[in-house]
Parts: sequence; C-alpha cells; structure tokens
Amino acid sequence: MLEGAKDPGLYDYAPYRGRKKIVWPEGKTCAVWVAPNLEYYEIDPPVHPKRKPWAKPHPDVVGYSHRDHSNRVSHWRMAEVMSRHGFPGSVSLSVALCQHHPKVVADGVARGWEFFSHGIYNTRYSYDMSEAQERSIIEDSIRTVQDATGQRIRGWLAPALTHTPRTLNLLAEYDFDYTCDLYHDDQVQAVKTATGDLVSIPYSLEVNDHYGFFVYNMSGREYADTLVRQFERLASEGGTVMCIPLHAYLIGQPHRIGPFEEALEHIAKDGRAWLARAGDIVDAWRAQV
Amino acid sequence: MTLDASYTEYPKRRHGYDHELYTWSAMHERKPVDWGAGRKVAIWLCVSLEWFPITPSDTPFRAPGHMQTAYPDYRHYTAREYGTRIGVYRLLDAFTKAGVTASFATNSANAERYPELVADIIAGGHEIIAHSTDMNGTIASGMAEGAEAALISTSLDALEKATGARPQGWASIARSQSWHTPDLLVEAGVKYCCDWVNDELPYRFNNGLINLPLNHELSDRQIITVQQKSADSYAESTRDAYDWLAKEAAQFGGRMLPMHITPYIIGLPYRIDAFEKLLGDLRARDDAWFATGGEIVDAWEKQP
Repeated sequence: MLEGAKDPGLYDYAPYRGRKKIVWPEGKTCAVWVAPNLEYYEIDPPVHPKRKPWAKPHPDVVGYSHRDHSNRVSHWRMAEVMSRHGFPGSVSLSVALCQHHPKVVADGVARGWEFFSHGIYNTRYSYDMSEAQERSIIEDSIRTVQDATGQRIRGWLAPALTHTPRTLNLLAEYDFDYTCDLYHDDQVQAVKTATGDLVSIPYSLEVNDHYGFFVYNMSGREYADTLVRQFERLASEGGTVMCIPLHAYLIGQPHRIGPFEEALEHIAKDGRAWLARAGDIVDAWRAQV
Repeated sequence: MTLDASYTEYPKRRHGYDHELYTWSAMHERKPVDWGAGRKVAIWLCVSLEWFPITPSDTPFRAPGHMQTAYPDYRHYTAREYGTRIGVYRLLDAFTKAGVTASFATNSANAERYPELVADIIAGGHEIIAHSTDMNGTIASGMAEGAEAALISTSLDALEKATGARPQGWASIARSQSWHTPDLLVEAGVKYCCDWVNDELPYRFNNGLINLPLNHELSDRQIITVQQKSADSYAESTRDAYDWLAKEAAQFGGRMLPMHITPYIIGLPYRIDAFEKLLGDLRARDDAWFATGGEIVDAWEKQP
C-alpha cells in the first residue's frame, strides 16, 4: 500500500458494469465458500498499546468462555451441518490452535478443508509490529499449518483484522495467493503489491455471523434468511463469490444451528451454487482472466 | 513506534489450555449422559432475583441493568423493583401452573429485605442459588482477595439464615469472576458455579468446583433487552434450541437447555403470555425434564 496516502493504492478501480463474464465450473453462477474461524483467544494476553484484548480485567469470563465453546462443543455441530450439505470449509485459523486443541484442527483436515492463517492468536494484534515480528508470524503460520495439516497455506485473514502497511507486500513475497481482508467487491480481484501477485477473495463482514448477531442483532432465523437473500441475489447476477464467515461459538449455539442448516440446504439444493474452497475459487478465477 | 519483542513470544503456547483452571474435553466425545426415564433435555429455569441499590457502585464495575441517570434514578430503581414485587409473582404462578421448579439466583439483600418473597420461593419447591449480596456486589480481578471472600460469605450466610439451607450454587453478577473466585467458592463450601459459558453440560474445574453453564445468549436480557427483540422472538429461539438439543440427545445422550430469565424483563404484562405459552409447550414435550440447577448437577454426578 501507499503508506500515508489518502488512497492506499490497494487496487485499481474496476466498475461492475462491463467486466469480463466469469463462469464457475459446470456453469454455476455463484461460488459459495464457507469460512469457519477456528480461533484461540488467550485468557491473559499481553496488552497492545492500540487495542485492549478484553473488555474486562482478565479473566474476562464471558468473553473467554464464550469463544471456548467453539473448541469444546460447537465446532463439531457446525462442521457436521456443513458436511451434511456438501460445504467444505476454508478455515481462518489461529495457528496456535494446532498446539492447544489439535483435535479441532484434525477434524477440519479429515473433512477435506483448506486452511489459511488468521495469525497466531486472535488476541495478538499486528499494528506496530516490526518487520521482523511480522515476518515471524507469517513464517510461524506457514510452518505450523504445514506441520499440522500437510498444507502450504495460500491465504491470510489478519489476526483480529489488524494490519501493518507492509502486510500485503509480505504476503506476496511469501507466495501467498489471496487475502481475505478487503471488502470492496463481490468478485475475486487483483491486489497491487510491490512484491508479486496477490488477489482479494470476497470474505464478508455484512453476512458474517458476528455482524448478524452482535451488530445487526438478528435472531437465528433472521440470519438464515439473510444468507438465503444474499445467495439469491449473487446467484442471479452470476460470476460472483459468496462467503459465509462463521464462528462456531455463535452459529453453533443450539438456537441458531437449526435455521442455519435450513439455509445451507436451500443454497445446496438451488443448483446455481458452486460449493468450493477459497483456493479453488482463486484458481478458477485466475484461469479466466 | 514498535512493539516490545515479547509481544510475539508465546510462553503458554502448548497442548491444552493457556491456564490451569480446567482441562479440555469435547462434549460429543464424552460418555453420554442419561437423565433417566427417557428424558432427553434437562430444562433449567434460572431466575435472576436482583436488588439494585439506588446508589450504584462502579468498583469493580457497574452491573448490567443498574442505575443510569444522575442521582436519584427513580426510573431504574423502581423499574427493577417491579421485578421483585410483580414480575417474580407472575413467574412463580407460571411455574406452579406448569408444575415445574426453578432455580432463583438471589442477591442475599432480597432475603433480608423481602423474607416473604423468599419464603414463597422455598414453599414452591424452588432452589436458591447465591447471587452475591446486591447488584453493587460485582467481582473482577483487581479486587482485594479478602474483600471478595467476605462478599461471598456474606451472601451465603444471609441466604442460609433466611432459608435454613446453605446454597450449593453460586452465580456471579454478569458471570464475572476474578482469578481468585473458583478457589474462594470452594473454600466457602460452594458446589457449583454458573459463570463459564463454554459448555452445555456440567464439568469439573481442577479444584473440584463444578461449572453448570448458564447460556448467556439464550436469555431474556440478551435477546429482549440487548438485541431488542420481542418476547415472541425469545420464545422462538428457545423452541428452536430445544428442538435441536432433543435431536442431538438421540445420538449423543442427555442435553441441557438453560433458560436464564429476569422478572423485570420477561415478567411484564405484555411479555408474560408469550413466556407462559413457551413454558406450556415445553412442558408438553415428553422428553423434557424440568430440573433445578442442583438437581441437574446431582444427576450428572451420579452418572456411572
């Protein structure tokens, strides 16, 4: 990015109208990917000068234990529903989960899921990291996920969505293919870096379960309806990407998972959805542009 | 500005948790729980019975639902008192009509101020869980350990005096604990706490304390007051949860549905009908077991 500039120079403007038509495999009109965030939040992390990890003095019992629900209860509930309707996961992973709770990671591997890095912990923020520190979290991520899953990670969602001006350059330098941190489009798009090729894949804040339940205050059924509406529109426009970003401790609560399963079933049965992993979507887009 | 080098060091990165409070296990891998008699879902009604002094305290933090305007905040003081005068009696009647018992997480100030209410709760066969002293009795790290121990024993002693039995359970205000709380609760003779929301069945801390998870999202406070949904939406979410848990129980063993409710929220005239209807619907399920927190913990401890 152009540090300090009004326009960070992340990409060129590209109007929706007049773009080359993208067609997904078997003529599908919307590539749908599900991004479960498999996270570890520390109970007593160091405090970053620009962001407090927890609202309360440590231990923030509700904050910590709510997120721990993912790793004891709701991961498997969410994952089973996804598998039942043919949705693979592309995991946004706090890579330290490979050490803390390897069985959660192994479950995703067994389901054929793709893994990308979401930092070491979701309680360590990248702002103000030195280049050496930022390289260390990238190299640690590559090594840790390789050891735990056999996969070379291709993507990045910044830990707790925290960045430095050099992050995207470093990702390209380390041969990453995609970033999930940019929200400017409904299609895969090229990202400008000083060091190599990188694309953005649409992730989503708007239909992220966290926004659904804690920003827009939806019920489980309202969130499920939102997913269906999002899909219906994107599938009718064609060549689009829909991401469903999830947190098991939210979507896997007993009052939400039933309506969520109905939404997945609807999307899977519609016939226009290509149920894919993030890397597959990036590859299919690259093959057409 | 750069960060200290220690910011990218991780001394507690290891197998298991980054703390010693409890150990990890996945709920679906545990031996299935059997509530007996074909019962699949234990429904735990837990009523918060609170008294908010009109002189709020911010140490260590101000409790949710507390005073909001400049002193004197008649509006919130009296609207909360509505719960212990009117709302709670609507709930007690609803429980009697449905033939169910509940836990009342009770500020000990209520036992001292309103003994007739506590007597009515006990007469209904309900359980008293200790819920601090009053809504100024919040806990968080930074509080002196001695002061926290005194707060816990003051609450337990007053409730024991009022009811004749020492509460087995403890619910912290806003589920907020300090690093000392689990050990202080054990030292005070508490068997279980209701503060950690990381599970859906009881489990044991390393110090012997049992945690009975009281879902904070499926509460009238979260859905109606925070998310500003209707009582019908609250009831719909609760029914959806029951349906899912009953289905899951068929495969994985007994499940639990905590229903955390608040008299000054769900006990209002325009909301109570939706709650009574929900209670009636759940009561009609032949695989539901309405139980107090203490009964659920006892049944869990007796599992072979």
